[in-house]
Amino acid sequence: MADLSVNFAGIRSPNPFWLASAPPANSGAQVHRAFEAGWGGAVWKTIGAPVLNVSNRYGAWHYGGQRMLAINNVELISDRPLETNLREIAEVKRAWPDRAVIVSAMVESKPEAWHDIIGRIEDTGADGIELNYGCPHGMSERGMGSAVGQVPEYCEQITRWVMEVARIPVIVKLTPNITNIVSPARAAVAAGATALSLINTFNSIVGVDLDSLEITPNIGGKGGHGGYAGPAVKPIALNMVASLGADDVVRGAGLPISAMGGITTWRDAAEFLLLGATSLQVCTAVMHYGFRIIEDLCDGLATWMDSKGFTRISDFAGKTLPRISDFSNFDLSFRAVARIDSGKCIKCNLCYVACNDTAHQCIDLIDTSGRAVPPHSYDERSNGKQEAVGTRPRPRVREEDCVGCRLCYNICPVEGCIDMVELPSGRDPITWNELVKSRRDVTEDWKAMEEYRKKVGIHVH
Amino acid sequence: MEAHRCLYCYDAPCTHACPTHIDVPRFIKKIATGNLAGSARAIFDANLLGATCARVCPVQELCEGACVLGAEHKPIMIGRLQRYAMDYAYERDLKLIAVAAATGKSIAVIGSGPAGLSCAGELARRGHSVTIFERRELAGGLSTYGIIALREPLEAALVEANMIERLGVRIEKNAELGRNLDWNDLRARFQAIFLSVGLGTTPAMEIPGEELILDGLLYIEQSKLNDGAMQVGRDVVVIGAGNTAIDCATIAKRLGAEQVTMVYRRTDEEMTAYAHEYEFVKKEGIEFRFLTQPVGVLAENGQVKGLTCVRTDLGPPDASGRRAPQPVNGSEFTICADQIVKAVGQEKPELAARLGLTTEKGFIKVTEEFETSIPEVFAGGDCIRAKNAASTVMAVEDGKLAAIAIHRRIMEQKEGGVHG
Repeated sequence: MADLSVNFAGIRSPNPFWLASAPPANSGAQVHRAFEAGWGGAVWKTIGAPVLNVSNRYGAWHYGGQRMLAINNVELISDRPLETNLREIAEVKRAWPDRAVIVSAMVESKPEAWHDIIGRIEDTGADGIELNYGCPHGMSERGMGSAVGQVPEYCEQITRWVMEVARIPVIVKLTPNITNIVSPARAAVAAGATALSLINTFNSIVGVDLDSLEITPNIGGKGGHGGYAGPAVKPIALNMVASLGADDVVRGAGLPISAMGGITTWRDAAEFLLLGATSLQVCTAVMHYGFRIIEDLCDGLATWMDSKGFTRISDFAGKTLPRISDFSNFDLSFRAVARIDSGKCIKCNLCYVACNDTAHQCIDLIDTSGRAVPPHSYDERSNGKQEAVGTRPRPRVREEDCVGCRLCYNICPVEGCIDMVELPSGRDPITWNELVKSRRDVTEDWKAMEEYRKKVGIHVH
Repeated sequence: MEAHRCLYCYDAPCTHACPTHIDVPRFIKKIATGNLAGSARAIFDANLLGATCARVCPVQELCEGACVLGAEHKPIMIGRLQRYAMDYAYERDLKLIAVAAATGKSIAVIGSGPAGLSCAGELARRGHSVTIFERRELAGGLSTYGIIALREPLEAALVEANMIERLGVRIEKNAELGRNLDWNDLRARFQAIFLSVGLGTTPAMEIPGEELILDGLLYIEQSKLNDGAMQVGRDVVVIGAGNTAIDCATIAKRLGAEQVTMVYRRTDEEMTAYAHEYEFVKKEGIEFRFLTQPVGVLAENGQVKGLTCVRTDLGPPDASGRRAPQPVNGSEFTICADQIVKAVGQEKPELAARLGLTTEKGFIKVTEEFETSIPEVFAGGDCIRAKNAASTVMAVEDGKLAAIAIHRRIMEQKEGGVHG
């Protein structure tokens, strides 16, 4: 079996999976149980300034019968006394020397406050500190959390205060509620942070109650934005993690990245690792299913690594980053077309309506005699399963007209039924950047573009 | 959950397979989005008797049988979902069907079974004045009298008939042609007439002691209207292997018979019951005697003691296209029974002959437009079903299509002023 252990800025952990700083890591008893279940580490729920919480603090977004594709919360940082947290952190770390115990902190934006909390955290024996610059609700109204993370200068200033005293690794946690995630990351790098973690939650309103017309969840008749997380945010998190990996300054500084944002399965985990993460943090999936999910996170990841011949995480961490590019560097001559496997096709004809109504009108419905027919072309008097199934037309791609947009492939409910087949385009490879260099007129003038298309054989219908 | 599982097929096969072409994905997605009233409305758009159909349709042969998920997974439970939407509408007494402005045209419908109710409702929503004449005390026809309570309780059928009445349809009960209803009077009073009279009683088998055999349809009717007083035998024999026979056997078993035996002169290959009904009834513990033809009733003092039968062999196909049973000489034997029920089809509509209508194999012959040989007299439902198996949903579709044809015809009369 592959070795899942990681060394994250000197913090060792038997596997890359840490509980994210959130309700699952709220107390010693919980973290104990998580470690018993096999979690590699935990980022303790943020400690710091005194707070009070409210009921109905978690909302959720459900879709298509699937529960909690995303969670939203207005829970603040830990509402347990600071001393209790510090004592339990010390106890947990003593009991679990091989696990990563990281403490998330958030205090007022004053150097004394930060110096004080850093010292007290270090006294627990914790392995590292995470600076919570991300919390988008409640704390931000008090000038903490995302109020810091959204302003690179504040982010840099506070990180400097921390780095003045810190003797253990310091991870700066970034907020995604920002136009360009690279800016605060560079600020953290400039201030000498040891590592980065992302993403925190998004500002969100999860819904409106259509009976009462109140915000969901309803907190005594009121509601507001809360932090949004879970499977629904994963693609955005992947992009943010990858954009740090692709940034020369951040990558050049060599800071390890602890990634999170909708990680639910080992597949999600592998993707974040391939895009440059070294450790992974999980919250929503644990809140949905409990600590036990760690078993398949580890088992699935190790099994996949074995099948790929990777013996340790570092064998593939960041391996996909070089694939990230910009549109202007894509080969404009690359051609693929959709092909439907008629043996697998169940004739739901969802591909037909999607292509016909919203894409490029290149799927036909073919009747049993091989002719293209319009939809709804059966006789109104015919009925019964034999008739309906026996005469049902099947979808077929007109490959010469298919632009290879991939919509049908994405829609098809049958695994492996629609394939995107690479075909030679008969044109030399060329990127937009190369075109700008070699044929600037084509990129600026429609007439030149049309001539160019005619010349190289690009037909847009 | 189930509504979300529907793929929302385009130009869906379930819709094609449904004789009334209910837009199944549309009503299912409305359930999924929580638009239950809209879902019920989508069903009513195509089928005014959606509540009965949801209960009685042989969905395995129709919508669910055509579901694209059927091959590798389980088909969507379309019937159950339709019932869910219909129950929602009926329980809340929602008024979901719009009625057009009155046209001043009057149509008579003879018989308040599914075809009659469907036709009347479709005409009423188009603004016509419709009167249904029902020979019996309750409206609903076979939905009320002939569908076993297990599938459709009496109330469900009556509530549906009541909904049709609320569209403006009048239902005159205890009104029967030839008894207290005059044909010529109807012809004079109404611009068009729709005959949905169904079929007759179970035909005679011409065997000795037949007067001691109960009629299957009456057996079901009794179980439904008055099951407390219903007398069920200890050893019940049901003659026939169609869906009605299966219903009779089910009733007997569920109401306490120890032994229920179905007797059929052909084999399970030829039986007309749906395959899923056959499977169902086998699980109920009902015994089958195939290749067995009744020849007489064994009785003592007017009390049934058994059914005497002979073995049969199957010969070449007969007029029905099925292999004809031929009695085997000297194979006579008796099945013990204290109650015998026959469910071997229904008599052809006798009204056809009385009105002088052209018939086809004894059924009323109609055009593509459901018009009989008498102009402005239309017909639909079991009484015209010369081809294919009769069913509630086919009757509903007949009623709907006939209503569309009648509407077109009488509106032309108005515009063109051809005749009054």
